[in-house]
Amino acid sequence: MSKIHIKIEGVPYEVESGLTILEAAKACGYEIPSLCAFNHGECNPGSCRVCLVEATGARGLVASCVYPVSDGMEIRISSPKATEARRRSVELLLSNHNINCQQCDKNGKCELLHVAYLTGAREGAFQGVKTPVTLDVLAPGLVRDTSKCILCGRCIARCQNAHGLSILGFENRGFNTIVSPAENRSFADSPCIQCGQCVNVCPTGALMEHSEIDKIDAAFKAGKHVIAQAAPAVRASLGEEFGYPIGTPVTGKMIAAMRRLGFERVYDVNFGADLTIMEEGTELLGRLTNGGVLPMITSCSPGWVNYAEYNYGDLLPHLSSCKSPHQMQGAVIKSYWAEQKGIAPEDIFVVSVMPCTAKKFEKQREQEKVNGIPDVDCVITTRELGRMIKRSGIIFDRLPDEDWDQDIMGDYTGAGVIFGVTGGVMEAALRTVYYKLTGKEHDKIVFEAVRGHDAGIREAAIDIDGTVVNVAIASGMKSAKVLLDEIREGKSKYQFIEIMGCPGGCINGGGQSYVRPAFLPNESDDILDTYKEKRAKALYSEDERMTVRQSHNNPQIIELYDKYLGEPNSHKAHELLHTSYAAREGFNEVK
Amino acid sequence: MIKLREKGNQMAKLNETAVQTILEICGRYKDEKTPLMMILSDIQNEYGYIPLEVQEIVSQQTGISVAEIYGVVTFYSFFSLKPKGKYVIGCCLGTACYVKGAQQIIDKFSEILKIKAGETSDDGLFTLDALRCIGACGIAPAVSINGTVYPKMTVDQVPKIIDEYRNKEGATA
Repeated sequence: MSKIHIKIEGVPYEVESGLTILEAAKACGYEIPSLCAFNHGECNPGSCRVCLVEATGARGLVASCVYPVSDGMEIRISSPKATEARRRSVELLLSNHNINCQQCDKNGKCELLHVAYLTGAREGAFQGVKTPVTLDVLAPGLVRDTSKCILCGRCIARCQNAHGLSILGFENRGFNTIVSPAENRSFADSPCIQCGQCVNVCPTGALMEHSEIDKIDAAFKAGKHVIAQAAPAVRASLGEEFGYPIGTPVTGKMIAAMRRLGFERVYDVNFGADLTIMEEGTELLGRLTNGGVLPMITSCSPGWVNYAEYNYGDLLPHLSSCKSPHQMQGAVIKSYWAEQKGIAPEDIFVVSVMPCTAKKFEKQREQEKVNGIPDVDCVITTRELGRMIKRSGIIFDRLPDEDWDQDIMGDYTGAGVIFGVTGGVMEAALRTVYYKLTGKEHDKIVFEAVRGHDAGIREAAIDIDGTVVNVAIASGMKSAKVLLDEIREGKSKYQFIEIMGCPGGCINGGGQSYVRPAFLPNESDDILDTYKEKRAKALYSEDERMTVRQSHNNPQIIELYDKYLGEPNSHKAHELLHTSYAAREGFNEVK
Repeated sequence: MIKLREKGNQMAKLNETAVQTILEICGRYKDEKTPLMMILSDIQNEYGYIPLEVQEIVSQQTGISVAEIYGVVTFYSFFSLKPKGKYVIGCCLGTACYVKGAQQIIDKFSEILKIKAGETSDDGLFTLDALRCIGACGIAPAVSINGTVYPKMTVDQVPKIIDEYRNKEGATA
C-alpha cells in the first residue's frame, strides 16, 4: 500500500491510499459521526448521509464512509457547513422515525439516538407524512418494527455474509421502501432461521429479540417454581452489559445476580451439555458400528436446525436426534428433579438464559415437549438478563462470586463449557468417544485442530487406536452449505460434523451483548475483529480450570443414569432427551 | 399499520409447463454476470407477471435471494406481481402530457373501466398504468396500448378507444 498525504482540519497526516475518508480519519484520530457504515465496509451504502464532511476536489459535501481519500486532499469535519449538514441528515432520518424512545427496548444502545446527540438534532425540524408501518411480532425469536428502520441495510448484509441467506431485502421504492422478507412477510412465514445476527447489527430498535421478561414476571406472580439455567456462552458476554472488557468471564457474579432475581435454582446448562455428549457420543458410536446414517451432524444449534428443515429436508436423518442441552436439562428438571423434590412438572417454570434468539423458537416446538409439557417455558437472551439485573438495582460489580446449584444435578465438566464456541461440541464429544472406544482417557484432552472462533470450515482426522474418524466443523450457514452439498452429492468423507448457526458459534450468538464501537470507548479500534476470539478464550480458560474435563466423568451424570435413565440412548432417555425434525416450506401459504 | 397475514396469499402450484419455461428462461442467461433483470424481463413478457413462486424458482437457479428478487420486482414499475390485463393502457403523465391535460384522460379511463391506475379490470381485459414521460412529448398527451401509441388524445376519444378493443374481443369470442 502506498502512502498519501492529506490534511484534516488543517493538520497534515500520512495515510494509506485506498481508504475511505471515514477510515483514514479514524486512523488519524477522528471519529466522524456515522450511522449506516458498519464493520470495515461490511455495510456502507452511503445512504444515511450522517457522515458528511467537506473535502477538497469534491463537489459539495461527501459521505465519508464511501468517498476515498486522495493525495493532497484537505478534509474539514468541524466546519459549520459540514456540522450543519450532518445535523440536517439526522433530522431527516428522525422525521420518518417512530420517536417513542422511552418505550423502545434499544434505549441506551441506539446508534440513531447517539448521532442525534452528537449532531445536536432539533426536535421536529422536519414534519410530514411517514412511511406505512409494519410491526412483525409473529415470530417467537425476532421482532421487526419498520417504524424504527433507517434503511441502512446492515441486516441485509449480515444475513448474506453469515448465512448466504439474505432473508431481508429492500422492498418497494422511494418513500415506501422498507426492509423486509419477500412480500413483507413475517419472519415466521419466511425461511428465516431466527438466529438474530440481524439484531446484532441493527443500529436502532427496528430489529430486536422477542422479549420474554414479562413471562418470567407472570410465572413469579403465579407462584411457580421458577428455575433458571444459563448457557455457557452467556458468562463470556454478560459482563459487557456492565462495562467489563469483552472476554471477561463473569460466571460467579452472574450466578449471584440470578439468585438475587429470585430464581429458586440456578443451574448451569453445562450439565445438560454433558448429558448431550453422553447421548450424542453413544448415538455416534452406534451409527459407526451399526452402519447408521453418516456423517452424523450435531443438533445443538436451533438456527442450524431451522436451516436444515427449510433447505435440506432430505438430509434430516443425518442430524443427531439429541435435543439441545438446555432442552435436555429442562426435560430432566421436569421429570427426575421434579420427582426427587416431589413437585408436579406443571408447577415448574424453566427459564433458559441463552446467547440465542433461535432458542426462543426452539422451546415452543411441538417436538420439544414431553407429555404435552414443554421442557423449557421461557428463553431470555444475555441482553435481557442484563436488563433484568439492571432493573432490580443490583450493582453487578459489587456482587460476590457464587457457585451454581448442584443438588441432584448441576455438576458439570470442562467439556460442557466449551459448547459455546465453534468446535467445542466436537471436542467435547471426541473426549468421550475416545474413552468409550478405547477404555482410556485421551492423554492430551485438548483437540487443537478443531478449535477456532470464526466462521469457515475446519477439519481433522482423529486417530482413535487405529480407527480414523474424519470430522469437520462449520459455523454460519454459508460454510455449512459447502459440507451439506458434499453430503447431498455423496462426496462427504466425514463421519461426524459439528454445525453451529452463528459464525463463531454461540459466543457470537444473536442474543449476546451488542458489540458497537460507538458505545465501547475503552475497547481497541479492531474490537469487531477480535471480540469472538476474546469471548472464546473466556470459555477455554474455564475449561482449563476444571479438574474434570470429560462429560462421562461427571459424577452427577453417572448418578442420573444409574438412578433414572438406565444407560445412554435407553428407552427412557429417548423419551426425554431426543427429538425429531420435519422438512418445512420456507414461504408457507399464509392463511 | 400494515397487518401481516391479512391478505390471503395465493401460493398456487405452478404447472409443469410453466416451471419448464421458467427454467428455460433462466438457462438463457446462465453465462451472464448479472442475469436478473434479463430473466425477469423475459418472464414478465411471457406471463405478464412474476408471482412469488416464480421468484423462488429464479432464486434457486441464480442463487440470488428471494428478498432481493422481490425488491427488484417491486422497484421497477415494469414488473408486476399480479397478472396484467390483455390490453395494458399506459397513460403518460410526464410534464408535457400533464400540462396538455393527461390527468383528465387517465381519469376518464379510470371512470369507464372502474379501476384505478395500477389495477386490472375484473374481466381481465384492461390494465391501467400511469407512466412517467414515454418520450413522445411532441404528440402530448400520449397514450400507449400494448405498444400502439395514440397521439394528442382527447377525453372524448377515450370511450371510443375502449369500445374498439371491447368490440375486437367480442368479435373473436
